Amino acid sequence: MKQKASKGTLKRVLRYIRRYSFFVGLSVLLAAASVAATLYIPILTGDAVDHIIGPGNVDFGAVFSILVQIGAIVGLAAMAQWAMSLINNRITYRVVRDIRNEAFKKLQKLPLSYIDSHPAGEIVSRVIADVDQFADGLLMGFTQLFTGAITILGTLGFMLSVNITITLVVLLVTPVSLVVAAFIAKSTYNMFRLQSQVRGEQTGFVEETVGNQKVVKAFGQERRAMERFSEINERLRACSLRAIFFSSITNPSTRFVNSLVYTGVGIVGALSVVGGGLSVGQLTCFLSYANQYTKPFNEISGVVTELQNALACAARVFELIEQEQEVPDNGSARELQRADGAVGIDGVYFSYKPGRRLIEDFSLDVEPGQRVALVGPTGCGKTTVINLLMRFYDVTAGGISVDGTDVRDITRRSLRRNYGMVLQDTWLKNGTVRENIAYSRPEASFEEIEEAARAAHAHSFIKRMPKGYDTVIGEDLGGLSQGQKQLLCIARVMLSLPPMLILDEATSSIDTRTEIRIQKAFAKMMKGRTSFIVAHRLSTIRDADVILVMRDGHIIEQGSHRELLRQGGFYAELYNSQFAST
Amino acid sequence: MKKLLIYMKGFRKECVLGPLFKLLEASFELLVPLVMAAVIDTGIGNRDRDHIIRMCAVLVGLGIVGLACSLTAQYFAAKASVGFAARLRAALFERIQGLSFSDMDVQGPSTLITRMTSDINQVQNGVNLTLRLLLRSPFVVLGAMVMAFTIDWKAALIFAAVIPLLSAVVFGVMLWTMPRYKQVQGKLDKVLGTTRENLTGVRVVRAFGREESETEGFESENNALTRLQMFVGRVSALMNPMTYILINLGTMVLIWVGALRVDAAVISQGAVVALINYMSQILVELVKLANLIINISKALACANRISGVLDTEPGMSGPSEGGRGDGASVSFENVELTYNGAGGPSLSGISFSAPAGSTVGIIGGTGSGKSSLINLIPRFYDATVGSVRVGGLDVKGWDLEALRGRVGVVPQKAVLFTGTIRENLLWGNEDAAEEELWQALETAQAKEFVSEKPRGLDEPVEQGGRNFSGGQRQRLTIARALVRKPDILILDDSASALDFATDLKLRQAIGRLPNRPTVFIVSQRASSIRHADVIVVLDNGQSVGVGAHDELLESCEVYKEIYGSQFDRGDRK
Repeated sequence: MKQKASKGTLKRVLRYIRRYSFFVGLSVLLAAASVAATLYIPILTGDAVDHIIGPGNVDFGAVFSILVQIGAIVGLAAMAQWAMSLINNRITYRVVRDIRNEAFKKLQKLPLSYIDSHPAGEIVSRVIADVDQFADGLLMGFTQLFTGAITILGTLGFMLSVNITITLVVLLVTPVSLVVAAFIAKSTYNMFRLQSQVRGEQTGFVEETVGNQKVVKAFGQERRAMERFSEINERLRACSLRAIFFSSITNPSTRFVNSLVYTGVGIVGALSVVGGGLSVGQLTCFLSYANQYTKPFNEISGVVTELQNALACAARVFELIEQEQEVPDNGSARELQRADGAVGIDGVYFSYKPGRRLIEDFSLDVEPGQRVALVGPTGCGKTTVINLLMRFYDVTAGGISVDGTDVRDITRRSLRRNYGMVLQDTWLKNGTVRENIAYSRPEASFEEIEEAARAAHAHSFIKRMPKGYDTVIGEDLGGLSQGQKQLLCIARVMLSLPPMLILDEATSSIDTRTEIRIQKAFAKMMKGRTSFIVAHRLSTIRDADVILVMRDGHIIEQGSHRELLRQGGFYAELYNSQFAST
Repeated sequence: MKKLLIYMKGFRKECVLGPLFKLLEASFELLVPLVMAAVIDTGIGNRDRDHIIRMCAVLVGLGIVGLACSLTAQYFAAKASVGFAARLRAALFERIQGLSFSDMDVQGPSTLITRMTSDINQVQNGVNLTLRLLLRSPFVVLGAMVMAFTIDWKAALIFAAVIPLLSAVVFGVMLWTMPRYKQVQGKLDKVLGTTRENLTGVRVVRAFGREESETEGFESENNALTRLQMFVGRVSALMNPMTYILINLGTMVLIWVGALRVDAAVISQGAVVALINYMSQILVELVKLANLIINISKALACANRISGVLDTEPGMSGPSEGGRGDGASVSFENVELTYNGAGGPSLSGISFSAPAGSTVGIIGGTGSGKSSLINLIPRFYDATVGSVRVGGLDVKGWDLEALRGRVGVVPQKAVLFTGTIRENLLWGNEDAAEEELWQALETAQAKEFVSEKPRGLDEPVEQGGRNFSGGQRQRLTIARALVRKPDILILDDSASALDFATDLKLRQAIGRLPNRPTVFIVSQRASSIRHADVIVVLDNGQSVGVGAHDELLESCEVYKEIYGSQFDRGDRK
């Protein structure tokens, strides 16, 4: 099962690489060339040594011509190596770029349900960290695996061509190195897993404690936190020691096995020289092969884990890229021009998860210019209604229409452009104030932008910012209060001013004066426009044509202020609690 | 870095023995080419089979001793580095526990977490590598050269030329690429930021139909990253071929000079082989050394950041013989508070007094100083001017632990900790009985949903309390403060996620508490504080009104404005 999944991933990876197949082929050829050259040089060196036998017994002419050969081959090998690195870089970074671009494009088309149900951090790490890991591991791993394999085969070939007995010695001892490396890798794997588990536990504890250090202090829990920390820390120390020590055994151990190979070649080789079957130069050549022959084996065993890791990362990225996208607009969907703003909700059923019913048989006719207030405690599901109106989610049954046309027969883009939305969790792009306001209409002139800002009561504070409309703002850049951010979001909508509005009144964390400005701006926008308001203020609620009272995701009451008070239900209770005394 | 060395103290033996054994191993490795030369010159030259076998036995012996030395070295290095890191981590954690609130404002939690985790891991790694390799690589390089000199000093001059050249290439390329890799990281962070921004703003992006321009923006940043990566890659791709050429040029010269020297009967054929072997040992070690230096410099940077935290002296400590005030009255006398490093005061001229058992409402916009004010009561910060008295005694004269033990704080951000509901509540008071926990939950309006949980009080709480809704978390943090049966209860905008009805029930239940604590309610909702005995109205850090609701409606402009914006005039009954 798992094997199958990784096979599928491999296939997809190959699909990305295919467009670079010429370069991949070239890279393989260059790798083969540079390995062959690297392997041929010890033979030449050996030849040279054979011509340096003793005093008066040195063939300078032969040595010189061998040196010239070595020089030429070294030059070629170096060129091949360089070209290979350049090509590999090119393939790696381009593939990464392609995958990232594709992943980001996909993000724009994913249904909201996917994005809502996955933490942003997780998706981001797929697009960034996983793609990186994949590139490093897979492509570097691939070249290492490939050059390693060629080196092994090439060495064997060269050795066989020189002397069969010594080659057999090397072949017999090599597996020992592999067995040792595999054994260590296997036993350290568990220790590393344990280490990362305990480390994770400690990180979690540190994040929680240090992240909320003020609460810890307020309740005087410092000593208990220290105790728990020490306990985890001690466990981490013990298992880190084991993990680090055992993993650091690998190198010395394989080095030891290498030295056995080296010695084996030394004995058999020297004895053959004495027996006359081998020259000293050939022995030198064998010794240097013995040195480099075992290296690829060690590398390959490391590369295999790296490749597996890279494939796992690739699988996560592809899982995202191949996620089913939002149902496309239906073929006959039309562009909604500037709507009048009549919204019909007819027998709508909706739930996020099948089986957990939320909105049931909800009907409402909103005439152009009417105001609908959504009322209820935090977390009661007011955003659900927004999700359906904007068609971030599709209804399960029933239908919603704008100007008499079912929203499923309207292109999403034109539907959404007919709504102006100001949410409480304000979102601004990293960019200048001007760019942010023009987000709704990029082609707007500066005069229009300024006018929108004035209408949103944002002009005066923007003017006071260090670079006015060209000040750079963004999510993680401070400097703006929550209320000012909301005013900018209002200016953004002011600029395009669509016929229908979705507004979210602030509950807290906005100072009074800013709030008054926001109210004024809201009032200006709502004039003559169909609006849906998540309302907290009594005046907004009372002035609404229809109030939808929500609780636990359900719409429980619906009607005008008077009607609802008369019903004496949940709304009446909410309303009265504001004025009851303690 | 120096200051961190004290945590190394218990590991002196390991720090000496580790590198020492490593050097022993390296020395044995350096002997190998000499032994091989003996095999060639004496063994083969004299056709002495016994000598060959004996020499090879020596090689195996060297291998075994080398392995033993190396394992010993690895063990000591691992022990010292892991032990050092564990101590350092404990010391740092302890220091963080001792930081005052203003120290924490300076450092910020996310920095502190990074110091505790990845920085210390980086240092551990650096120490481990240093102990294992820092001496070894230069030793092998120099050793190879020295050995070459013992064979034939004239031929060995080639080493003296090749080593600096190789070093120049290896270190040059590394020095050039290191800062550029930082730039690459910066660009990568930008790509990451754009992705995150797009995800958090997905509704806005789609509402305005800006998917395509977002994609374009992403692609241009992504392309810039790719271009820079390729540029840096092109230069670092030079390193392998260049070192390869250098080392082989060295070998070629060595063979030629060797040929001359052998012809002149200065050295033997075996010695030439040995010299070639030494040449090939150098390159590997130089590359290792360069990598090691990168790792160590990273570790040093981390170590400096860590010692920066360790160096902060806790800014506040309780008096050596703290007293205890009498009762739960609270008074502020002309209090001013200026945060460390801030340009101006965040609070000034605050005076009011609240008798024991009274309710104080604090209202004002964001940034008006509401949280700053209440943070002075449990002495989370010290007033810069004036005094805060609890039970008649200035908080600076109180025993700090006793003072904080009497105050129950419900912070603005409702945080719970991993564990169970019960464990979280016991933070308020470790000795509270089951019944007391339920009472607190009842007052906090949390009894109903806790008893509906399948495991009741033992229901697990996930990290940050994310398996509870915002309103539930808030009520649990209120209960946690109530378990303490505090003399002073501080609710810092802690009912913001509750609906009006629950908020009201909560306030009524608190009003009925048998021990009648002095209650501070911080809120932006006029309805939450209008029935308080004293209301303090803050605007921009100044108190612009102190009094009861009716008085303030008459006299205080700001209060009138706030009240008016939340209640319609016609509704005021």
